[in-house]
Amino acid sequence: MPEAIKQTSAEPMILMEGVHKWYGQFHVLKDINLSVQQGERIVLCGPSGSGKSTAIRCLNRLEEHQQGRIIIDGTELTHDLKHIEAVRREVGMVFQHFNLFPHLTVLQNCTLAPMWVRKMPKREAEEVAMHYLERVRIPEQAHKYPGQLSGGQQQRVAIARALCMKPKIMLFDEPTSALDPEMVKEVLDTMVGLAEDGMTMLCVTHEMGFARTVANRVIFLDKGEIVEENEPEAFFTNPQNERTQLFLSQIIH
Amino acid sequence: MQTTANAPRPGGSVWTDPKARAWLFQILAVIAVVALGWFLFDNTQTNLEKRGITSGFSFLNNSAGFGIAQHLIDYDESNSYGRVFVVGLLNTLLVSVIGIVLATLLGFLLGVARLSPNWLISKLATVYIEIFRNIPPLLQIFFWYFAVMLSLPGPRQSMGVGETFFLNSRGLYMPAPSPGDNFGLFAGAVIVAIIGVMLLSRWSKARFEATGRLFPVSLGAIPLLIGLPGLAILLGGNPLQWSMPALTGFNFTGGWVLIPELMALTLALTIYTAAFIAENVRSGIQAVNHGQTEAARSLGLPAGKTLRLVIIPQALRVIIPPLTSQYLNLAKNSSLAAGIGYPDMVSLFAGTVLNQTGQAIEVIAITMSVYLAISISISMLMNWYNKRIALIER
Repeated sequence: MPEAIKQTSAEPMILMEGVHKWYGQFHVLKDINLSVQQGERIVLCGPSGSGKSTAIRCLNRLEEHQQGRIIIDGTELTHDLKHIEAVRREVGMVFQHFNLFPHLTVLQNCTLAPMWVRKMPKREAEEVAMHYLERVRIPEQAHKYPGQLSGGQQQRVAIARALCMKPKIMLFDEPTSALDPEMVKEVLDTMVGLAEDGMTMLCVTHEMGFARTVANRVIFLDKGEIVEENEPEAFFTNPQNERTQLFLSQIIH
Repeated sequence: MQTTANAPRPGGSVWTDPKARAWLFQILAVIAVVALGWFLFDNTQTNLEKRGITSGFSFLNNSAGFGIAQHLIDYDESNSYGRVFVVGLLNTLLVSVIGIVLATLLGFLLGVARLSPNWLISKLATVYIEIFRNIPPLLQIFFWYFAVMLSLPGPRQSMGVGETFFLNSRGLYMPAPSPGDNFGLFAGAVIVAIIGVMLLSRWSKARFEATGRLFPVSLGAIPLLIGLPGLAILLGGNPLQWSMPALTGFNFTGGWVLIPELMALTLALTIYTAAFIAENVRSGIQAVNHGQTEAARSLGLPAGKTLRLVIIPQALRVIIPPLTSQYLNLAKNSSLAAGIGYPDMVSLFAGTVLNQTGQAIEVIAITMSVYLAISISISMLMNWYNKRIALIER
């Protein structure tokens, strides 16, 4: 094990060391180094095409990195499918476009993975699912199909579906970007509740209010590089880098 | 406020009222159709009378007087034209059903193979599909019949597996079973074994839901299906008497034979239609948003379960409608049998019977309505299935 891990007080949940990624000739991620402790809440932001989504999609290997190391809760992501599937069991992900399974009811969406991956009995899986659906405040929709719900409700179901696997880490890839403005709050409230319970979270988002109230650190990416990393207050009030200042001036009018 | 629908139209004429016009055009259309129908009927009647042809279906009772190479029910030359029709219908259904089952299996396999990340497998599937769907089906039937089946060695030089199966230019010969003394016990054992397997799979499903553990049903099913009938044979002796094909003189006698026309037609239709079904399957799978795969994989589902539990169920709703028309095509293309003389309904009934009796209108009408009935049955079945798997929205 490299020294970097042992120096920190506890073993980090997420460790990225010198991660590089290319799409053909295009260098998407350049030397990303990141260490996230258990219970930490990180917000990633940056201009479109900066590589922030790619970065978090590397963490459960929906994207492959070509250089460097990614270690999730002690398991390194390599080509080994066993490792990849082990990591995916522990890492929940919420997508911009929800990606609920439209042919299954809300309840079945939530019980599918616990039953087929965790080998959980159906009744127990349904109890767990109802618990999390209550947590995101839509237990009454359990027997409806995703197509019958509003965008905000669908995204909350997607959060509940990920939580049913009882993950140690939650990744959010622009969870509110596809929502109508009046539905953004219900999803953000759910995420704040999750943060208060001590979940380790990585969010790609431009919701700066959310970043201020919830995040321990805000990371700014541009052109595939981590340009600036700071506590939210300092990040927003006193950005150091020129590119961060420009970005913030564009999104906060 | 009162709705304006009931209010009198201010200053409009009947000619510019869309409702009145719709009625007018529909009435005109009905009159035209009835008039055309009457003209055709009257014209036919007059011409038939002029030529002294008696119309009606009584010819169906007349003796046919010709032999048929393949009949699934008892038939000989003295039987009626009506029985020829049934023989032809059964032969058509035989090819259609076998073709549909095989083409579906092969098509799904090829469709998934074409999407395989394995370069060789996907390219092989692509080559297959591009070759076979771009050659006319009749030509493919000719190929399998003339170039393959009829080029096989003659009966005396048959290719054989042991002394049981023989392949030659006259067909594929195989042993034919007939019930023996012990048939009752054996059949009982088979039925009990099947019921046992059904109970087992039900129990296994219940256990999966109760404990989350999967029980491999085949582990219990195979011993049941082999063991019980095997025990019955041990106890009561051979349940079936096998009639073996044997070379007597210049040809084989005994056993069952798949005539070369049947094999060529089934092979060609299966291979041709499978290429189209493969494309339907591929487009169906590709129509499912990639986000679905990502969501399933990010939950930890392995690739195979993702395909089976998430992708295929959604792809089916895209696959079923074009699959239905492929089934219809296969059933209708089976009439190309006439090209190689397979005794299907068209070559037997709309061919030989029509020529012998001259009852063109009756024969064609019967044949067309039978194809219509087959096609509509397939459509209704597939529509019912499609409705069952449709997505619920709103």
